[in-house]
Amino acid sequence: MDNARFLKLILGVNALLPLGLLLFDAASATLGANPIEYFLRATGVMTLVMLLATLAVTPLRKLFGWNILIKSRRMLGLLAFLYCSIHLVTYSIFDKSGNITAIVSDVAQRPFIAVGMAAFLVMLPLAVTSTNGAIKKLGGKNWQRLHRLSYLVAILGVVHFWMIVKSDLFYPALFAAGLAVLFGIRLFYRKTAKKEGQKPGLALRPD
Amino acid sequence: MTSPDRNEITPEPLYLNRRNFIRAGVFAGSAAVTGLIYRAYRPDTIAPLPEEAPQAFGELAKRPEFQAGEEPNSFEDITNYNNFYEFSTSKTAVAREAQALKTDPWSVEVGGMVESPRTLSLQDILNFPQEERIYRFRCVEAWSMVIPWVGFPLAALLEQVKPTSEAKYVAFETAYDRSVMQSSFSAGIDFPYVEGLRLDEALHPLTLLATGLYGRQMPKQNGAPIRLVVPWKYGFKSIKSIVRIMLTDKEPPTTWNIAAPREYGFYSNVNPNVDHPRWSQKRERRIGEITMRETLMFNGYEKEVADLYRGMDLEKFY
Repeated sequence: MDNARFLKLILGVNALLPLGLLLFDAASATLGANPIEYFLRATGVMTLVMLLATLAVTPLRKLFGWNILIKSRRMLGLLAFLYCSIHLVTYSIFDKSGNITAIVSDVAQRPFIAVGMAAFLVMLPLAVTSTNGAIKKLGGKNWQRLHRLSYLVAILGVVHFWMIVKSDLFYPALFAAGLAVLFGIRLFYRKTAKKEGQKPGLALRPD
Repeated sequence: MTSPDRNEITPEPLYLNRRNFIRAGVFAGSAAVTGLIYRAYRPDTIAPLPEEAPQAFGELAKRPEFQAGEEPNSFEDITNYNNFYEFSTSKTAVAREAQALKTDPWSVEVGGMVESPRTLSLQDILNFPQEERIYRFRCVEAWSMVIPWVGFPLAALLEQVKPTSEAKYVAFETAYDRSVMQSSFSAGIDFPYVEGLRLDEALHPLTLLATGLYGRQMPKQNGAPIRLVVPWKYGFKSIKSIVRIMLTDKEPPTTWNIAAPREYGFYSNVNPNVDHPRWSQKRERRIGEITMRETLMFNGYEKEVADLYRGMDLEKFY
């Protein structure tokens, strides 16, 4: 196994481990007095963690030349989608009893639900076009343009988290700060690339 | 540079072996760290036992009109899922953090617009005839419990201090000790925590000063040694660990109303028809149940308390 595949394995296993532990704890009734609320919150937080991890790939390549990470990026994004889907299904079944009308009216009435749902809906086409075939079909340029929406997904996700908190904004602020740092690094490299008359984008680096 | 001697080169199988060994270490190590982080955030399931187990009250009066007719939640659930922002904003961490609260000695100052102000010791408080009351408890966050409180009507205390004719409201204040209330710097609300009731609400027979639950003295995470319980209002009105009760002629400031006036009103009666601006109050998750149940008007105490609000626009006075 080469290093890129090994890294992918490590990242994948560590990303799925919390899900495994959550399901195990849910089955053994050790998630506290309100297990559904905890499960919802945990899958929501894991969605944000995976989104930030996905968006961290490019900055880490630019900063440290860790190009090996690119082989894991698609998987990280799909894991974000997986956690987001579980989060949405949990809400739909346990908070809304699977009642579609109730979900629709919730989206219409509650801004934080609407923002969360928007994040999921934007993520959907990104997940669907994550295959090699889709990249070919769309063409690299178009595909890249479409997948820039992942920034939007992350912003919507953090806003969704921010809106539900009652008063202690520590964790939403932590994710917002993380996102701001990742954006900052991208902007910095974009500017320097422009100054040097290069196309913004990743310069190829020899290993 | 001279090339290494042939026999100095690590043989390939050995090299691969070492690499596999390192990889196995990285694999196991990273998984262990992830598992530990997960564990650190997972709720504690059982509250740490206080240094001394709360003392039992012995035989308690149980009046039939104050038994909710519903199965109470377990002692474990009631004492491991608490909002007490001075100690932690995580409901599952309060049980651990609140053990730092010092409840002995304790005194409650009762004054303001009263004829005979007094300061009560813990023993004075426990000298009131205690009874058991099983009440529904509905949090503004849309979860609920059924709790067998021990306590006495607030009215019994107010009768002793005799409010003057100007007194219209009762203001309450929670103990505030920065040295043990570690979360109070970052919780996002102001401390000391303050609450208030209209005098007629305070005198209502359902309004309880609770000193315990499940026949034992109050656990710290639930607001030891004495807290308010107003079962037809959202839980945050039922202020914990009270040190001051003041009668006044003006509507007193209340903590959550100060923090977010549009979201939490002075009255904060449980009302399925008036939603919180950010979430619905129509339904609630009873702790221990999987799906949500309908929220009842005044938390099911409509018959007893609706008269207090006759003619009031409850959408305006939320």
